[in-house]
Amino acid sequence: MTATTAPHVEHGEPGHGGHYTTLGLDNRKVAIWTFIGSECMLFASLISTYLIYKGRSIKGPFPHEPWTEPATGKVFPAILDIPVTSASTFVLLMSSFAMVLALAAVQNKNLPKNTLGEKILGSSKLWLWTTCLMGVAFLGFQAFEFTAFIREGLTIRTNLFGSSFFTLTGFHGAHVAVGVCWLFSLLAIDYKRGLQPSDATNVDIAALYWHFVDVIWIVIFTLVYLIK
Amino acid sequence: MANEHAPVAGAHGDGHEHPGWSTYWKIAVILFVITAVEVSAFYIPAWETSWVYVPSMLTLSTIKFVLVVMYYMHLKYDHKLFRSLFTGPLIIAALTLIGLMFLFSKLSIRLGLLS
Repeated sequence: MTATTAPHVEHGEPGHGGHYTTLGLDNRKVAIWTFIGSECMLFASLISTYLIYKGRSIKGPFPHEPWTEPATGKVFPAILDIPVTSASTFVLLMSSFAMVLALAAVQNKNLPKNTLGEKILGSSKLWLWTTCLMGVAFLGFQAFEFTAFIREGLTIRTNLFGSSFFTLTGFHGAHVAVGVCWLFSLLAIDYKRGLQPSDATNVDIAALYWHFVDVIWIVIFTLVYLIK
Repeated sequence: MANEHAPVAGAHGDGHEHPGWSTYWKIAVILFVITAVEVSAFYIPAWETSWVYVPSMLTLSTIKFVLVVMYYMHLKYDHKLFRSLFTGPLIIAALTLIGLMFLFSKLSIRLGLLS
């Protein structure tokens, strides 16, 4: 598609010099969807690796079953902590809800806000803060889980399960960390000059990335944690 | 509330509109309930050990995946090119995953049953 500089005022952001494809679509949105498509394949390869290695570890600790070390007789319990991970999953799902409200707040910035409910729903800072804090909370849960695993004897070098598990969830955690930084940068812009409807595409791109991180976790949570 | 009744004009350069607060809220509740059901199923031995457990878990997570993609990522309302850019690689990724599962004997088709 050929990129053209089209001052489509009705499409937003004429002041930002947005580039549009010949289909009238914003280049940045085409780029983020292409990126997300490529990320699907990256995570599919990581999930495939985890599933292929699942159940093929010679020694423990194992994800869902206890294991006794033959040499020492030490018993390692099943290592996955479902209640903690369920809590972190709820946090990430609700962060997606907060993110979509942040985007709506930016898009509706110029609408009059008379009631308290409208003011709350229209506060982009509130919803961006909520999303950021939930993202940080998710990373905190993951840090807690990783340190607990290492304390219990599972590292990335222990067995096939450890290698594939830390690689998969570590990659996802890195994506969440990038998303949190991105959201904090939007928050900084909001405090500095206020996010306007003309910034909606920039917020939407960050939101798409954040929701993608969420949907990947939906798959990981089911395949890694809930299915034995 | 204004947001509740007025769909948000899409800032996507394609003129499509987004759903409002009430839709987002309902989707959040559905996601919450489905996750609660998934986690509960893990702790119900009769369900967890039955043959329906894995298919039901996969179905529930697929529903959550689709809801987030269609409503929170607005793919339902966006230009079809964006749908292609997402679903194309997603199909390739899913087929690759399934292919690898067959290749490494994690999945198999019992041809003996057909003969």
